[in-house]
Amino acid sequence: MEGFTALYIFMLAAFTGYEVISRVPVILHTPLMSGSNFVHGVVLVGAMVVLGHADPDSPLQLAIGFVAVFLGAANAAGGYVVTERMLAMFKPGANKAGKAKEGAQ
Amino acid sequence: MTAKWFIDASYFAVAVVFILGLKAMSSPVTARRGIVWAGLAMIAATLVTFATPGMQNFGLMIVAIASGGALAWWSGKVVKMTDMPQMVAIYNGMGGGAAAAIAALEFARGEVHGTVVTTLAVLGALIGSVAFSGSCVAFAKLQGIMKSAWRLPAQNAVNILLALAVVGLGGVIVAAGEVKGELIVAFFVLALVLGVILTSPIGGADMPVVISLLNAFTGLAVGFEGYVLGNPALIVAGIVVGASGTLLTQLMAKAMNRPISNVLFTPISGAAAGGGEAIEGSMREFSALDAASVMRYASKVIIVPGYGMAVAGAQHKVWEMAQLLEEGGVEVVFAIHPVAGRMPGHMNVLLAEAGVPYDKIFDLEEINAEFPQADVALVIGANDVVNPVARTDKSSPIYGMPILNVDMAHNVIVVKRGKGAGYSGIENALFYKDNCRMLYGSAQQAIAEVITHVKALES
Repeated sequence: MEGFTALYIFMLAAFTGYEVISRVPVILHTPLMSGSNFVHGVVLVGAMVVLGHADPDSPLQLAIGFVAVFLGAANAAGGYVVTERMLAMFKPGANKAGKAKEGAQ
Repeated sequence: MTAKWFIDASYFAVAVVFILGLKAMSSPVTARRGIVWAGLAMIAATLVTFATPGMQNFGLMIVAIASGGALAWWSGKVVKMTDMPQMVAIYNGMGGGAAAAIAALEFARGEVHGTVVTTLAVLGALIGSVAFSGSCVAFAKLQGIMKSAWRLPAQNAVNILLALAVVGLGGVIVAAGEVKGELIVAFFVLALVLGVILTSPIGGADMPVVISLLNAFTGLAVGFEGYVLGNPALIVAGIVVGASGTLLTQLMAKAMNRPISNVLFTPISGAAAGGGEAIEGSMREFSALDAASVMRYASKVIIVPGYGMAVAGAQHKVWEMAQLLEEGGVEVVFAIHPVAGRMPGHMNVLLAEAGVPYDKIFDLEEINAEFPQADVALVIGANDVVNPVARTDKSSPIYGMPILNVDMAHNVIVVKRGKGAGYSGIENALFYKDNCRMLYGSAQQAIAEVITHVKALES
C-alpha cells in the first residue's frame, strides 16, 4: 500500500472513530467499550493470514501463529458474548415519564 | 471475478458494518442491533479469510479458532455482571497479544521490509505487548488475584528508562534492516515487562481509565499490524477503535478529575489522602423503620447506588423497594455518577440486570439540579462520589472532581457497612452533615428491612 494512501486511511478512520461515539450517553460507556473491544477482535483475520503463510516445517512459526489465532479468536468471541449480554438487558420503562412531574413541591 | 477481488470486497463491507454497528451501539434503542450486526460481520470476515490464496496450516488454524473461541465464549457466558470489567480487560489483552504475535511471526518469517513497514510493525508490537501484559495485570487486580498496588522505588524513573530502552531497541531493529532473533526476543520481553511495570502501581479506583486506555492501545496495534499485512479492514477497525477508545478514556478521566498522566504516574495513595481538613461533628444513626417512613411519605426519592451495592448483590432488592415506593405514589429515580461501579456505565448495566428501566436512570448533569427538590437522597454503597469536600476543600485529593450533590437534598440516608473511609481512604464530610443519617448494615439486609417496614406502613 502507498504510504500516503495509508496515511489518509489512518486519518479518516481516526475522525470516524471520534465522531461515531462523541454523543454517546454515559449509560452506554461500558457496553461501548466492550463493543469496541469486540471490533478490534478483527485482528483474528490478520492472525489467520500470517498463520496461513507460516512455514509448515518451522515449529517456532507455527507456535507463534497458533498463539496469534488463539488470542484473536478469544478476543472476538469473548468480546461479543460480554457485549451482547450487557446490551440485552437494556429495556425502556413501561410508563414513560408518566408521573414525572407529579410530586414537585 | 477473482478470489482476491471477492475477499477485498468482503473486507470492505465488513469495515462499513463495523462502523455502523459502533454507531448503533451509541444509542440504547439500537445498541443491541449494533452488536449483532458487528458479530455477523466478524463471522463473514473469518469465513472469507479461509479463501485467501496461498494459505496452508488450515488444521492448526481451525483448532486455534475453535479452542480460543470456545474458551472465551464459555467464560463470557458464565461471568457475573459485577465481574464484567476484568473480562473486558482480559479479552482486550488477548487482542493486543494477537497483534504482537502477528508482528513476531512476520519478523520470524523475515517478511518485514522497508522503513515504514518495519516502523509500524515495531510500534504495533510494542503497543500490543504493553496492552497484553498490562491487561493481564488489570485483570489480576480486579479479580483479586493480585492484591495491592506495588511501587518500585523511583517508579517514574524506572518507567521512563524502560520505555526509552524499548523504543531504542525498536529503533535499532528499524535501522538494522535485516533482523536478528536475539534482538527481537529482547524487544518483546522488555515491552511485556513495561506493560507490567506501568500498570502495577495503579490502584483499583483508577483501573477503569487504564482498561479503556489499553483498549485504545490494542486498537492502534491492530491498525498498525493491518498496515504491515496490507489489510485495510484491520487498519480501519483498529484505528476507529483507537480513536473512539481514546475519546472514551478522556471522558472517563474527566469524570474522575484525574488527568490520564496523573492516573499513570501519580496514583492516589494513602499518603496523599492524608491531607485535607479534619472534619468536625458526629455521624447520626438511623433505623430501618425511620428510613422506611421518611421515604414512604416523601414525594421524591433519588437513589444513588455505588459499587458497594453491586458487590452486595442488592440491586434486585433496591429495585423491589423502589417499585413499592412508587406504588405508594412516591417518585423514585436513580442517579448515577460517571464512575460509579468500576467503569462508566457499569452501574447502569447492573441496574438494567435487576430490571430497572433505563429512563429512570439519570446521569450527573441531568440530575444534579434536582437534589434540592428531593425529599430523600438514598446513598447505597457509594462514598467518594458524594463527598462534598470535592466542592469545598482545596487540599483534598479529590478536590474538583464532579460529585452528585446529595447533601443538598432535604434528607440524606446513607446505607453503609461500617464507619470506615471510602475506596480512596478519604473521610467523607457528607456523613457529618446535619441532614444526613447513617443506616448501618450490608446493603442487601438493610434494604430488605426497609422493605418490610414499608409494607407494614401500607397495611
